Amino acid sequence: MNSSRVTQNGLVDTRPGREAPPGSGRPTGSASAERSRGGRRRRPIEQPRSYYGLPVLNSPVWESREIAGYFFLGGMAGASSVVAAVAQRSGRDSVVKPAKLAAAGGAMLSLVALVTDLGRPTRALNMLRVFKPTSPMSVGTWLLSGYAPAAIVAAATETTGLYPAVGMAASAAAAALGPAVASYTAALICDTAVPAWHDGRHEMPFVFVSSAASAAAGVGLLAASDADEAPLRRLAIGAAAAELATDRLMERRMDPVVAKAYHEGKAGTLLRAARVLTALGAVGAAAGRNNRQLRIASGAALLAASACTRFGVFHAGMASAEDPAATVEPQRARVSAGSAVGN
Amino acid sequence: MAVDVGIQGAMQDPAAVSGWLDHPPRMGFFTDTSVCIGCKACEVACKEWNQVPEDGLNLTGMSFDNTSGLGADTWRHVAFIERPEAGSDHGFRWLMSSDVCKHCTEAACLDVCPTGAIFRTEFGTVVVQEDVCNGCGYCVPACPYGVLDKREDDGRIFKCTLCYDRLGAGQEPACAKACPTDSIQFGPLDELRDRAQGKLDQLVEAGVTGARLYGQDPSDGVGGAGAFFLLLDEPEVYGLPPDPVVTTRHLGEMWRAVAVAAVGLAMAVGGAFIGGQR
Repeated sequence: MNSSRVTQNGLVDTRPGREAPPGSGRPTGSASAERSRGGRRRRPIEQPRSYYGLPVLNSPVWESREIAGYFFLGGMAGASSVVAAVAQRSGRDSVVKPAKLAAAGGAMLSLVALVTDLGRPTRALNMLRVFKPTSPMSVGTWLLSGYAPAAIVAAATETTGLYPAVGMAASAAAAALGPAVASYTAALICDTAVPAWHDGRHEMPFVFVSSAASAAAGVGLLAASDADEAPLRRLAIGAAAAELATDRLMERRMDPVVAKAYHEGKAGTLLRAARVLTALGAVGAAAGRNNRQLRIASGAALLAASACTRFGVFHAGMASAEDPAATVEPQRARVSAGSAVGN
Repeated sequence: MAVDVGIQGAMQDPAAVSGWLDHPPRMGFFTDTSVCIGCKACEVACKEWNQVPEDGLNLTGMSFDNTSGLGADTWRHVAFIERPEAGSDHGFRWLMSSDVCKHCTEAACLDVCPTGAIFRTEFGTVVVQEDVCNGCGYCVPACPYGVLDKREDDGRIFKCTLCYDRLGAGQEPACAKACPTDSIQFGPLDELRDRAQGKLDQLVEAGVTGARLYGQDPSDGVGGAGAFFLLLDEPEVYGLPPDPVVTTRHLGEMWRAVAVAAVGLAMAVGGAFIGGQR
């Protein structure tokens, strides 16, 4: 095949190697030229938007039970620590111990879930090798390392009555770190290339803290005596309203191709359930002034709603990562509009 | 569109930013798909050299593609695209391209890695340290190209190392060494960028429509890729995102929203207990 010749002046007629333009190796004349002239009907060529319909991204390797479960438990725990501290200060005694226990239980289960989900659980402590503000997971690990012991000590001292001063300090620390624990998980999922998460980055922290507040209000409503219930009903109604509003706002601001992940499939079902349960919980809280039974039902509904929201958002991300259109189309639109970041 | 420069910011010398004071020039790949013949020698050489486990020899039904895409056990993936085209030899046009980790200037995987397992080498490449990675999986959805993945029976995350071990010994990466057509070219990134521009100009002059460089521009959404491509069609045809942006460019605004939300939560709880009557 090689047509080059070695002469006294070096190589002659060498092939162009990697400088070859496409088609330059094609036999010239006759056959191929005739075939192309042979009147093959020109079909409209549709532009594929992906490689055989495969996703552009690799999907998160996180398990929903562990990770979405942690988003729920961590949120419930973080907000409960705030509720416990504020209730203690304002003398709503029936709420304090249950809220502290919920926070400690949630924190412990969170740690178990997070370690279990690692590919190498025995290397969990590698998380503490560095502190990286560019990694919400690193920030979260350090937050939890401070928060979980504080929440656990707060619950233990509250239950046993031992070391009340230590308990006060631990409660205060847990209450100070609680809101951060409840909200950083939004940055954690939004700081990915998953369109349904990344594109919700402005609203997701508000969706998450609303969901956390409604879970903590749920815990409080389950526990509160008739004398102490008023603040929890107010919190429940406020959190539920915020959850419904922020969730709607997030989906409305998103590119419809991306927002689709929140409406369809498992995520759609879970988020519809969350909205119904949130609304029921809020109505129950509003009407539950003199009705302990109704408040308990309302609290349970709010806890379930919060869990449904977290699992729904989680599954929306998974579906979005699997959908090449969600990745490609908004980017293609930027390129077409001449506003691409690249080029 | 205004570019929101994140924590990492725009940088042209990632190795120096990562603390390598005296370092060799930034090395990378230029994958020229116009001369790729789809032989998969790169896939094989990569597997052999890096001892990447077998991950199924599948008939995918996607032309000659057996590996589908990049992942824990596929660090070079040759894509085969058959596009109907009137007037061509066989009624269709055959595109082939060997995909690989882009070794981004602003690497999302490196930014989000909570253990420091992913690091920037003195060559400006991005490598996962197997002895540190604990398989948290954060880098997997952070990558805008779908490069990293978890090796299921191992639990850790794996990707192309740009043959860090070979580079250290002055050798070129296994895939580039094995490529019979020089479709995969390895070298100092500056040199490759010049060479790629020359090749593109040549193709444009020869009347090849659709030729374009992908990932060579330092002002793009990842600050320019350390492994870039000459493509003959839109990036998405090859399974590449058309305008990827590193997620950490927006991390500042995410942290701000988180801070506002956290303060809002504390105030809402406080307000519920303080406001109103018993």
